[in-house]
Amino acid sequence: MFYREAGQFKATYAEDNQIFPIRQDRIGITLILLLAFLVIPLSASPYIFSAILIPFLIFSLAALGLNILTGYAGQLSLGTAAFMAVGAFASYNFMLRLEGIPVLLAFALSGCCAAAVGIVFGLPSLRIRGFYLAASTLATQFFIVWCLTKIGWFTNYSSSGVITAQQIVIFGYAFDTPAAKYLFVLSVVSIMALLAKNMVRSNTGRSWMAIRDMDMAAEVIGFRPMRTKLLAFAVSSFYCGVAGALYAYAYLGTVEPEGFSLEMSFRILFMVIIGGIGSILGSFLGSAFIVLLPTLLNVLFHFLETELHVELPSGISSSVELMVFGALIIFFLIVEPHGLARLWQIGKEKLRLWPFPH
Amino acid sequence: MQFFLEVLLGGLLTGIMYSMVALGFVLIYKASGVFNFAQGAMVFFAALTAVGLHDLGLSLWLAIPLTMLVMIVLAMAIEKIVLRPLVNQPEITLFMVTIGLTFFIEGLAQAIWGASVRKLEMGIDDVPLEYLLDTLGIAISQFDLVAAGIAFVLVAGLAMFFSKTKVGRALRAVADDHQAALSIGIPLQQIWVIVWGVAGFVALVAGLLWGARNGVQFALTFVALKALPVLILGGFTSVPGAIVGGLIIGASEKIAEVYLGPYVGGGIEGWFPYVLALLFLLARPEGLFGEKIIRRI
Amino acid sequence: MKVALKTLLTVAVLTAGSAALAEDQFIPLPSYRVGPYAAGGSGFFGGAVDYMSLVNANGGINGVKLIWEECETEYNASRGVECYERLKSKNGGASMVEPLSTGIAYGILDRVAQDKIPMTTLGYGRSDAADGRVFPYVFPLITSYWDQAAGMIKYLGEKEGGLAKLKGKKIVHLYHDSAFGKEPFPVFEAYAKELGFELIKLAVPHPGNEQQSQWLQIRQAKPDYVILWGWGVMNPTALKTAQRNGYPTSKILGVWWSGSEEDVIPAGDAAKGYSSMTFNTPGNYPLLDEIKKKVYGAGKGNMEDKSRIGSTYHMRGVTAGILWVEAIRKAQEKFGKGKVMTGEQVRWGFENLNVDEAKLKALGALGMLPPVKTTCLDHEGSGAVKVQQWDGSKWKSITPNWVVGDRAMIRKMVEEGAAKYATEKKITPRDCSKEG
Repeated sequence: MFYREAGQFKATYAEDNQIFPIRQDRIGITLILLLAFLVIPLSASPYIFSAILIPFLIFSLAALGLNILTGYAGQLSLGTAAFMAVGAFASYNFMLRLEGIPVLLAFALSGCCAAAVGIVFGLPSLRIRGFYLAASTLATQFFIVWCLTKIGWFTNYSSSGVITAQQIVIFGYAFDTPAAKYLFVLSVVSIMALLAKNMVRSNTGRSWMAIRDMDMAAEVIGFRPMRTKLLAFAVSSFYCGVAGALYAYAYLGTVEPEGFSLEMSFRILFMVIIGGIGSILGSFLGSAFIVLLPTLLNVLFHFLETELHVELPSGISSSVELMVFGALIIFFLIVEPHGLARLWQIGKEKLRLWPFPH
Repeated sequence: MQFFLEVLLGGLLTGIMYSMVALGFVLIYKASGVFNFAQGAMVFFAALTAVGLHDLGLSLWLAIPLTMLVMIVLAMAIEKIVLRPLVNQPEITLFMVTIGLTFFIEGLAQAIWGASVRKLEMGIDDVPLEYLLDTLGIAISQFDLVAAGIAFVLVAGLAMFFSKTKVGRALRAVADDHQAALSIGIPLQQIWVIVWGVAGFVALVAGLLWGARNGVQFALTFVALKALPVLILGGFTSVPGAIVGGLIIGASEKIAEVYLGPYVGGGIEGWFPYVLALLFLLARPEGLFGEKIIRRI
Repeated sequence: MKVALKTLLTVAVLTAGSAALAEDQFIPLPSYRVGPYAAGGSGFFGGAVDYMSLVNANGGINGVKLIWEECETEYNASRGVECYERLKSKNGGASMVEPLSTGIAYGILDRVAQDKIPMTTLGYGRSDAADGRVFPYVFPLITSYWDQAAGMIKYLGEKEGGLAKLKGKKIVHLYHDSAFGKEPFPVFEAYAKELGFELIKLAVPHPGNEQQSQWLQIRQAKPDYVILWGWGVMNPTALKTAQRNGYPTSKILGVWWSGSEEDVIPAGDAAKGYSSMTFNTPGNYPLLDEIKKKVYGAGKGNMEDKSRIGSTYHMRGVTAGILWVEAIRKAQEKFGKGKVMTGEQVRWGFENLNVDEAKLKALGALGMLPPVKTTCLDHEGSGAVKVQQWDGSKWKSITPNWVVGDRAMIRKMVEEGAAKYATEKKITPRDCSKEG
């Protein structure tokens, strides 16, 4: 009853082609964007911005990038953090070496660098599949981080190999408060998410899905696997690269190559799987789950200790947090193996029928 | 020449240590099609439990069987709680669930035994064999030789188990298709408990050997990373592949680090095995000994 | 999205729920008690908590009680940043922070300056942060990596009978292949040039649980000394691999992250005779007895394993606690005794810290740490280190006096590094002659 599409007719091509063809979706997305752009900046605290929302958005973007590759094009990758590192270090060098380059241009160029690296490391996907491919993308992960550590030029010969991100300044306005950084990240992420949403339903997106579902069949009916797979790697790495640049510029400020560790690649993969493979919304849900849950558990355990005086020996609570985190992942996968995005689908279905289930 | 021999032998022996960990992955992948990310955590958990019991005053020969019992209970719990509800789900979901398991096991191990670093004495001195040192000038640790011997026995046993026993054949059927195996009457649940139990045993052996080498601590989970290139090189489904892959990876990474490393700044061992495995895969996409992938439309 | 927003709100409510009561001095503790570095984290933060409990049991700092809250970071930079942001404004605001993690320290480097909260990085982090003009809020107290590297060369020179005797010697720098391991490069390179010894740098990829190829290279090069710049599992592995390749342990000198009980116990007998740097003299002190009596006696001790009281990491934590408390005490002297200090005031305290031998004696910790005296220019305050040797069951100090390297040279490098950072970040350095 709340989510009825009945009566919504598409009378023009434009209506048929819009990103959100259902009115309720349009209203929903507008509300969310309004909330994100207007209500939250006015009401949230700096803590919420800089410790929760900014990492959440940045990881959503990275998960989105990986989801394009894994979810839509079916190529499993464990090198996401390396592509982020390429983005971060490339934008640092663009800003450092090209005087007066606009920030957004630097970010876009760094995304392109990541895309180029992605194409190179995507080449094995033409022959290797599944977990074999996943394990070989680890080569990307270790090799790139090693290069960034070893080659001094990337870090401007800093003795310890860390880079310090420059300020984000656009048209003379410095984005230096948490709220401003949040708005900057939010704008980049929402634009890129909308572009992705559009891309996956285009010819490109359909060719990805064809390759994912059965690459030989797709090849037979005329999709070129090389072009399609490499394009997926390029687009995915572009998204990850921009996410990496944001991670350095809008979140941490100073980063070391080792920060883009294998563990981070795994975390992003968790987001994609937990959120829902092949779903833009899923990338956001997954990111929320993985970024927020440990924090939430930490707060909760702390609450138990201080307010309810449940005395736990030091160290135990940290271990128990880890256990609960693992157990929740297992629980969610058992309840819904296709990810959190699927729950939303089911919810939509229920809303459509409610209150008359038959 | 003598130095090259030393590098080569050292590499081969190290490679066997990698194989020990890779074996656990192969077992589970072979028998259930699950890429068990939690193998590293199981190695850690098993070694920590054995040493923890030993530190409580039990003798090592009592602590090891007790730990084995714990690993079997763990296998049963995993089967009942985690795997059974997920029969016939896509590979990637099963992979993810083992990641959840990883967190859980790591947390559990540290909640029970604490975070401190423990020492494990196996009674085998980790010193160079004097005979070889005197005659050839090559330093080969006797501990490594013992470890290689144990690995050999383990692999031979497992290879027999898979090819000769009824359970082994059932395992292979399960790996091909869960539902088909169920429908022809293979007791999937039991099979899974057995496989995870055996993988737990392999984890225990690997954990004890690695633990005696570097101390029993959280970093034991990292040895899984060393096992992955071995796995892709040897094939996810081949027990002998794990050994051969381990030998190749071990030897080549040492040779590369010693002879190539100084020219590029060193520390290439981290990525070299993966690149090597990748090159192998380009020639044989299913690994050296993996089952040939036949794809139809 | 909805789920996300809902969780956000929950976090917001829970964090807002415990709002401030500014009667106590609040110290946030972004600690790590699980994961690969948990042994170090639990020892260090346990020691700091123990000392703070003792201060509270003795009536606080001029009557002001200390309160603290832990937050698990798992040594992960983004979780550390979240912890910092969550804790910084709680309970009337954080007076200082110590993450004991290079990654987290880098992640909050800019933030602490913005939030006006001083950060101590005891023995790690950016070495050039010792220049207080560019980094007013960062305090690499006691010694930085650079000073320690200089101390190592000094010690090796003394062992040979004079720095000049190092000429023609071979020294291997075996390092964890990361920012941490590369930090001392400039110091060792400068010394190698000046003194004429050969420096061989060997990288060990993270995590360092396999080092056969590095030690074979060492075996072939036959160096006079090996400097072990390792961390976590890399340390016992290095010692064990040295043994299996027949390299004498007595010629290995470790950085202080390679010099705790946790680093040598797993190596067993292979560690006997190995020496490492430290900034605490191992041993027992009246202060530790007092902690055992007043804190553990009252059942408020933080260490689960009581045998770890007085271990390297625990003592390092106690040392951190002493310096924190003294900084707050110093700040109170200027801004009002018995009052709760703000972050900015504590920063002043850190900058004018003067923990001399008389003070240490009064605390019952004479000799445990070197005297520390900071200024606006020098945020490090000491630069002194000791060398300790593992005898198979405990650490023993083998240098009777504190070892100090060539501080003038290090200072020059610190200023160069800081100046480069200042130009990159467009910071105008403070004028220290105007600070009071």
